[in-house]
Amino acid sequence: MTHVHETPATLLNVDGLTVEYWVRQRKIRAVDNVSFSLDKSETLGIVGESGSGKSTLALSMIRLVPYPGRIIRGKVTLEGEELLKLKNEQMRNLRGRRISYVFQDPMTSLNPVRKIGAHFVELIRTHEPKVTEKEALERGRKILENVGIQPERINDYPHQLSGGMRQRVMIALAIALNPRVVIADEPTTALDVIVQAKILDLLNALRDEYGMALILITHDLSIVLERSDRILVMYAGRVVEYAHSTDIYYAPQHPYTKGLLKSIPNVELSEQTLEAIGGSPPDMLRLPKGCAFWPRCYCATERCREEEPPLTQTGTEHFTRCFPEKKEKNK
Amino acid sequence: MLSSILPALGTLAKRGLAGWLIIIGAILVVGITVVTAISPWIVPYNPSEIPSSPNILVPPSAQHLFGTNDLGQDVFSRVLSGGGIMLQVSVISVIVCLAIGVPLGLFASYTGGVVDRVVGLVMDSMYAFPGLVLAIAIAAMIGRGAINMALSIAVVYIPSYFRVIRSQVLSIKEMTYVEAANAVGARKRTILTRYILPNVVPSIVVVATVNFADAILTAAGLTFIGLGVPVTIPDWGQDLTNGKNLLTSGAWWVITFPGIMIILLALGFTLMGEGLSEILNPRLEQ
Amino acid sequence: MTTTEILRVEQLKKYFPVEKGFLERMLTLTRKFVRAVDGVSFSINRGEVFTLAGESGCGKTTTGKIIVRLIPPTSGKIFFHEIETTAAKHEQLRLLTRKMQIIFQDPYASLNPRMKIGDAVGHPLEIHGIAKGEEKKERVRRILERVGLTPPEQFERVYPHQLSGGQRQRIAMARSLILEPEFIVADEPVSMIDVSLRMTIIDLMLDLRKELGLTYLFITHDLAIAKYISDKIAIMYLGKIVEMGDKNEIFTHPMHPYTQALLLAIPVPNPERKRRIIELRGEVPSAINIPTGCRFRTRCPCPENQCEEKEPDLIPVSPNHSVACFSAQQR
Repeated sequence: MTHVHETPATLLNVDGLTVEYWVRQRKIRAVDNVSFSLDKSETLGIVGESGSGKSTLALSMIRLVPYPGRIIRGKVTLEGEELLKLKNEQMRNLRGRRISYVFQDPMTSLNPVRKIGAHFVELIRTHEPKVTEKEALERGRKILENVGIQPERINDYPHQLSGGMRQRVMIALAIALNPRVVIADEPTTALDVIVQAKILDLLNALRDEYGMALILITHDLSIVLERSDRILVMYAGRVVEYAHSTDIYYAPQHPYTKGLLKSIPNVELSEQTLEAIGGSPPDMLRLPKGCAFWPRCYCATERCREEEPPLTQTGTEHFTRCFPEKKEKNK
Repeated sequence: MLSSILPALGTLAKRGLAGWLIIIGAILVVGITVVTAISPWIVPYNPSEIPSSPNILVPPSAQHLFGTNDLGQDVFSRVLSGGGIMLQVSVISVIVCLAIGVPLGLFASYTGGVVDRVVGLVMDSMYAFPGLVLAIAIAAMIGRGAINMALSIAVVYIPSYFRVIRSQVLSIKEMTYVEAANAVGARKRTILTRYILPNVVPSIVVVATVNFADAILTAAGLTFIGLGVPVTIPDWGQDLTNGKNLLTSGAWWVITFPGIMIILLALGFTLMGEGLSEILNPRLEQ
Repeated sequence: MTTTEILRVEQLKKYFPVEKGFLERMLTLTRKFVRAVDGVSFSINRGEVFTLAGESGCGKTTTGKIIVRLIPPTSGKIFFHEIETTAAKHEQLRLLTRKMQIIFQDPYASLNPRMKIGDAVGHPLEIHGIAKGEEKKERVRRILERVGLTPPEQFERVYPHQLSGGQRQRIAMARSLILEPEFIVADEPVSMIDVSLRMTIIDLMLDLRKELGLTYLFITHDLAIAKYISDKIAIMYLGKIVEMGDKNEIFTHPMHPYTQALLLAIPVPNPERKRRIIELRGEVPSAINIPTGCRFRTRCPCPENQCEEKEPDLIPVSPNHSVACFSAQQR
């Protein structure tokens, strides 16, 4: 793929990933030809609303797409190793150890009948069987401290911890084995704003300390603009814009990105006129011909209604899925 | 009317296995009902009459498709017309259950508190009895006959309706749209009829189909032990009782064919229930 | 009390008893309560958008529901147009509650799935005996048009599941508006709607305010939206208001340490913004065991001795600004 950069520091490379599933005898492309790359110590923010496919994309990177979804095409390369070609056993080996996942809902992601310590023991000993239970618990305590939880809490049950603390435990479990890539799927959506800020600070601090790469998946554009290095904007399963966050902020290209930026309130500005993007979220069962966004686009042309635009380069490491001639029109 | 049935069947078939279950079940039920209804016109022999010169215990043959019983009556004719009692009993019992069980369930569980507790206690104690035993006890008390059978079956089944409705009402009661109705000023009666009941209907339908199936089997059972209808009316249950004794003498056909019909009718309802349950309570789609 | 005041709340309290097991109830004499709303007072002027803001569990939603009489208060008074609603009964209460309506957070759960839209919106008219038959349908159509669902004939026949979240929220608004209320409690009306569509609802609310002279109590945890839409704002913590006043005042000169932390934590859609540290310790205490004295002192970065002994009252420190904090009041 032309738009995927590759440097010696590239940890993860996703190329043409496509996920389909069947609903009521119809085929839905939840993820359509998505490509991007991730460097060491980099945070990639994947932002999208309902129907964007971002969660399916996240799960497909670790091959946990739930039935009836299937990855039908693409490559996911982690430090040179192609994940989609691995056997199930090998993939299981990697999960938690080289690439890990923080789930959205801290309330239900931990086993309520097992202590926090048991979660650590199970995780560590699955990947490093020679470690004893005592050693695993000791490591667990250290990591809990790292994420800001008192080490004694390792003997608690999940229900004894608050939502924010549970999410920290999830993060602790995700980094316990020093993975290269951490995927955080809406890690703070269920949390309050102060806890959210602290969790996001924590994720970035850990990223710097361990040199890992972080993928932040969210619907909240403010969060990704504030905290990620690069941003992938998704709509109806496709990448519509991919650039550095400063470029997205100062020079957004795609009408959807522009619309999103105009619709979110900025608490640091005193005067703002905000506008919604008209229309409705995409109906994945009945996508329009041509560009998936054209029904809501203020500058849709005849060509947009007929042809789906390809992802083209519109700046330094800046890619947009829109026909280039329109840029002159809406300047 | 037929012109709307075919498209309806088409939509059902598209729903996959569940749709087919309903279609097959419906075919069985409707088929048997129709056959029973038109039986007076299609029976080769009079099923209630006892022939004067009987050909008793004739095995299945060209003249008697299903053979004859010990009174010389043609089993085939009796089979065609014997469903009437079963169908009447099950329909009446379901109607009684709906008329009593549904309002009771709605009101008691929505009101909550002591009312819910007391009614629940009564229902639970009834539910604790094995159905057939309770039905027998009631039938023995109130006497024989189709209506009485229906009533005893209804009494046995009301607790099931109550349970299902109660669990639904309890969860729907907490839903925001009920809260919104309260916020707009709706009275309790309105909320029960327009907000809770329509959302409970799918589960009621499923219980009703199971009720039908069970009623048939219980009616057969009641008749089997002699608490059913008088001997002269053709009835599968009756034939079961009769045929049981004849098995030892090798006349298998007297009990088998009515037995198969009972199974088919019960199966028809059960299949419809399964299919409806699948469609009305679908698994979560992503 | 001014002539433009439409709603006044005085010392509102709502305590929920904690459910205890049978044995525990017999053995212990004291009852424990969740003090969800613990002495809240404020007033709203006609035409204002008054926001109750705070994190989850602070009591803002409970306060809103008590005002529209969905939940009875444990103590305290509510005055609507100088009439005490907390003392009103039956007919008078019915007439009063017609004037006060509520919009819920979840557009997916607030509409009866088995009622057609036209019936759902027209139902309040039936309940209060205002209109029926053809006149009812006329009013329904007019209100559907007013909230932007055109053509109304098309919408009145469909069921909720056929519509998007944004459309459903508009229907919820239509349903509240059809009784021509004066006052609307909006409980997180956009938090479950796609970001790109939120402004459609917010704009609709503001338009309707101008056109119909409505007054809003806006409940939210999203301070960025609160800043955009409010005239006045009150910050709640653990059942009490800790700071209240004119929106611009509060956002530019927050005086309570909790407000200051909240404002620091809000994500800002600007990649070049420098993160600041939030010096808040610990977690929100349980509403069953509220700390003595100032309830915020367990997390405050600068508690003093008096904070442990007495609870600070909400005192005005300038014409449009009240604070419940000893050190803030002394400045």
